Amino acid sequence: MGAWRIQGESGEWEAVIGLEVHAQVISASKLFSGASAVFGAEPNTQVSLVDAGFPGMLPVLNEYCVEQAVRTGLGLKAKINLTSVFERKNYFYADLPAGYQISQYKYPLVGEGTVILDMPDGSTRPIGIERLHVEQDAGKSLHDQDPKRTFIDLNRSGVALMEIVSRPDLRTPEEAGIYLRKLRSILRYLGTCDGNMEEGSMRCDVNVSVRKPGEPLRTRAEIKNVNSVRFVMQAIEHEARRQVRAYEEGGKVVQETRLYDSHKGETRPMRAKEFAHDYRYFPDPDLLPLRLSPEYVDVIAATLPELPDEKKDRFMRDYGLSPYDAGVLVVERETADYFERAARGGEGVGRGGRDAKQVANWVISTLFGLLNAKGLPVTRSPVSADHLGKLVDLIADGTISGRIAKDVFEIMGETGRDPADIVAAKGLQQITDTGAIEAAVNQVIAANPDKAAEVRAGKVALLGWFTGQVMKATGGKANPAAVNAILKKKLSG
Amino acid sequence: MSALTDLGIAEAAAGLAKRDFSAVELARAHIAAVAGARALNAFIVETPDAALAAAAESDKRRQDGRSLGVLDGIPLAIKDLFCTEGVQTTAGSRILKGFVPAYESTVTRNLKRAGAAMIGKTNLDEFAMGSSNITSAFGPVKNPWGPPLGRAGNKELVPGGSSGGSAAAIAAGLALGATGTDTGGSIRQPASFCGIVGLKPTYGRCSRFGIVAFASSLDQAGPMTRNVKDAALMLGAMAGHDPRDSTSAPIPCPDFARAAIAPVKGLRVGIPKEYRIEGMSSEIDALWRKGEQWLREQGAEVVEVSLPHTRYALPTYYIVAPAEASSNLARYDGVRFGLRVPGETLDDMYMNTRAAGFGPEVRRRILIGTYVLSAGYYDAYYLKAQKVRALIARDFRDAFATVDAILAPTAPSPAFAIGEKTEDPIAMYLNDVFTVPASLAGLPAMSVPAGLSAGGLPLGLQIIGRAFDEETVLRAGAAIERAAGFDTRPSRLVPAKAGKGDR
Repeated sequence: MGAWRIQGESGEWEAVIGLEVHAQVISASKLFSGASAVFGAEPNTQVSLVDAGFPGMLPVLNEYCVEQAVRTGLGLKAKINLTSVFERKNYFYADLPAGYQISQYKYPLVGEGTVILDMPDGSTRPIGIERLHVEQDAGKSLHDQDPKRTFIDLNRSGVALMEIVSRPDLRTPEEAGIYLRKLRSILRYLGTCDGNMEEGSMRCDVNVSVRKPGEPLRTRAEIKNVNSVRFVMQAIEHEARRQVRAYEEGGKVVQETRLYDSHKGETRPMRAKEFAHDYRYFPDPDLLPLRLSPEYVDVIAATLPELPDEKKDRFMRDYGLSPYDAGVLVVERETADYFERAARGGEGVGRGGRDAKQVANWVISTLFGLLNAKGLPVTRSPVSADHLGKLVDLIADGTISGRIAKDVFEIMGETGRDPADIVAAKGLQQITDTGAIEAAVNQVIAANPDKAAEVRAGKVALLGWFTGQVMKATGGKANPAAVNAILKKKLSG
Repeated sequence: MSALTDLGIAEAAAGLAKRDFSAVELARAHIAAVAGARALNAFIVETPDAALAAAAESDKRRQDGRSLGVLDGIPLAIKDLFCTEGVQTTAGSRILKGFVPAYESTVTRNLKRAGAAMIGKTNLDEFAMGSSNITSAFGPVKNPWGPPLGRAGNKELVPGGSSGGSAAAIAAGLALGATGTDTGGSIRQPASFCGIVGLKPTYGRCSRFGIVAFASSLDQAGPMTRNVKDAALMLGAMAGHDPRDSTSAPIPCPDFARAAIAPVKGLRVGIPKEYRIEGMSSEIDALWRKGEQWLREQGAEVVEVSLPHTRYALPTYYIVAPAEASSNLARYDGVRFGLRVPGETLDDMYMNTRAAGFGPEVRRRILIGTYVLSAGYYDAYYLKAQKVRALIARDFRDAFATVDAILAPTAPSPAFAIGEKTEDPIAMYLNDVFTVPASLAGLPAMSVPAGLSAGGLPLGLQIIGRAFDEETVLRAGAAIERAAGFDTRPSRLVPAKAGKGDR
């Protein structure tokens, strides 16, 4: 892709973007308490005394959350710090019960890593990860329940988050979108975060600055809490343009925290009171430094699943897929699994050796359409991977034509039936009997003597019309290749 | 009945075992004593019903031959910093007035499981911040050792702090043992002022779960009793690893009571030369030398040791403790529990609530703590303090390479009058000069009553030990106790003199 440039009056500007993603750790209980971390419960029903900051309550680290964060770090090809420290980030807010958030500051659990962006043109672009640290979430302030009062829901208070900080390596809104989707894909593969931005299990702070290409970095603004990929891209676009305007009007950009208003399509500064200036971080004396052994990390590394990048490489290598097709198929682990089962043949199907490229086409162009229309995830596809594989077999062995296959697929989508059964029940087998095809050809030629004469006179383009007529006459079941061959023979003289 | 309130824990346990008296009788004697000594203001809440119920259960267990051991049926006073299920817990602060926890601290739970009967919650400096008990929102505690004989004005004395209510209760015979907490001397200094034994265990020995936090890296619960053996018995019931406190040590507890009776022959005891501070009162110095002599006479070897960073301990402590406190006390915001003073905005509510809920000393420490952690000052104060703290701990490690225990005074003076030193916080902080080094190093330390001042007030000596070596501390403390022959009963007997007619 070409570099995204903002055309200003003084020339071209480029944006420099870094993202801080807060990813909620998939875990049954919270980071420092045994309360449930499941989303969607009635307000204040999943709150332990620790989460509510009662006097004398102490945090106890949930080891599973640590394991999940280490797994994520490994998935980001990052350095795992064997010693990390939990610190207190102090600020007052009604939904922060203890008056501090337990986070990591100087010594994060995970150091530098990489996320590979799969660009639309098939190229890749590495984006640096600066760090990943573990912290607890705050509760939720509900300002819309009552005209005068604010209600507090502490269900989220204490839930484990991973803050994943990218380097300012992103240059365009599109790259930011691709980065977020790729990160989400990796987290989902790892099973460490469900990546659901609507439910808030993945939230994003966006750092944006602009500069003339080649310049050193200028002042950045941070846009807080943007809650969809689309909004992140929009917010970057608006903010970058705002900064360019500011500079070109002779003003400057101040380092500040801003909010994105998706209705107005603009960013605006947060009121000073909406964020604290000095968090007074210091090591939490209630928690010992977190020390991990190399063996502990090795065990987690050994159980890491195949991740999107490796899977993509393998799909290209083993199935001969294009980088684009492979990239699309590996975004969701479930889709990749579906494709592989369809391409290889699952148990009981036993054919194997299918044309993987064909299977990939069916999955990407036809199956995705069906799932989209029905609003279903691939795991609940009415067309099973085995059945899709069989359908491709039926085309490959000439039982049905590609055209008929589309119809069969439609029926499969509605009924979930085996394509062979559908073909048999509806009599959709391709007609390969040359006698039957010849009869149909003769009939069509006889009915259209003028056109037949034109073809014989050299208007070869009309042959296609004849093919269509014969196909129509046979209900689409005639083997198009056979039809063409017979037509050519009959009309060439 | 008054004899029952003069017993130690071990003696009372023996009496209960022999059926000389019942746990209910023991509880009644103490409930009466508590009621008779209300003028001391040692308790914020009395729990006579709960004490009697626990005592009755204890008697029943004993009848059934299922006694839980030495603490079964023993009336104890609990510092009002320990959360107690169903019983108001205030930390001595207005901000927690009326707060009734639905949970029990691990230490008090351990004591209750051992059969102890809680007779009430004792007064303390607000959030344990103080050395005098004057900062309590529930009024100062009076030292049962009363106005010093022959002093003009007959001023009441402080019991020390912050565990002043617990110390006063033990000295006045209102309970057989009490829990205290010690952050920079809050067990040892009041023990010294009230003529009782106070043991601060190694940091991590007792769980902090359910104890209202002051400074989390320093806070440690411990027993306050009339003799060393009782302290050992109580510690044995209080201590132990608790998975709910990540800083609680997964180290098994030895038989502390057995250690307390071991002789000190061959023990090497260090006298830290840096503790002989300028302007030290001659009676404290004399008592300290007497302590050396008592240990020598019992076969211990006494040598001088050096703890070179001692003089930085107090300033270090008064950075670290307020820093942690400023964060620990942020939760008292009027949102979920305790006092709430409404305001126009959330910030107004915070300010109104905290201004009305916290006393001046707590506010001062929150301000100090906030300051030393703030951007631009963190390195100069908090970070430097942490480095010095590490040096202080190293001093002790070096000293303990050559000695088994360290002997020092507990406090630089006997109890002072209520109202003294309140104008000058620094003078008040100086009370902690001998106690904070062990706190910063996380080491076990115990104050044992060793003698009387010229004015007839108790003075304590302090034994400091290696980490998790409470046994040696108890052993050396018992040797001091034996030699001193201190009568822990106040010369002014409380129920008679502190009654209503006294004022």
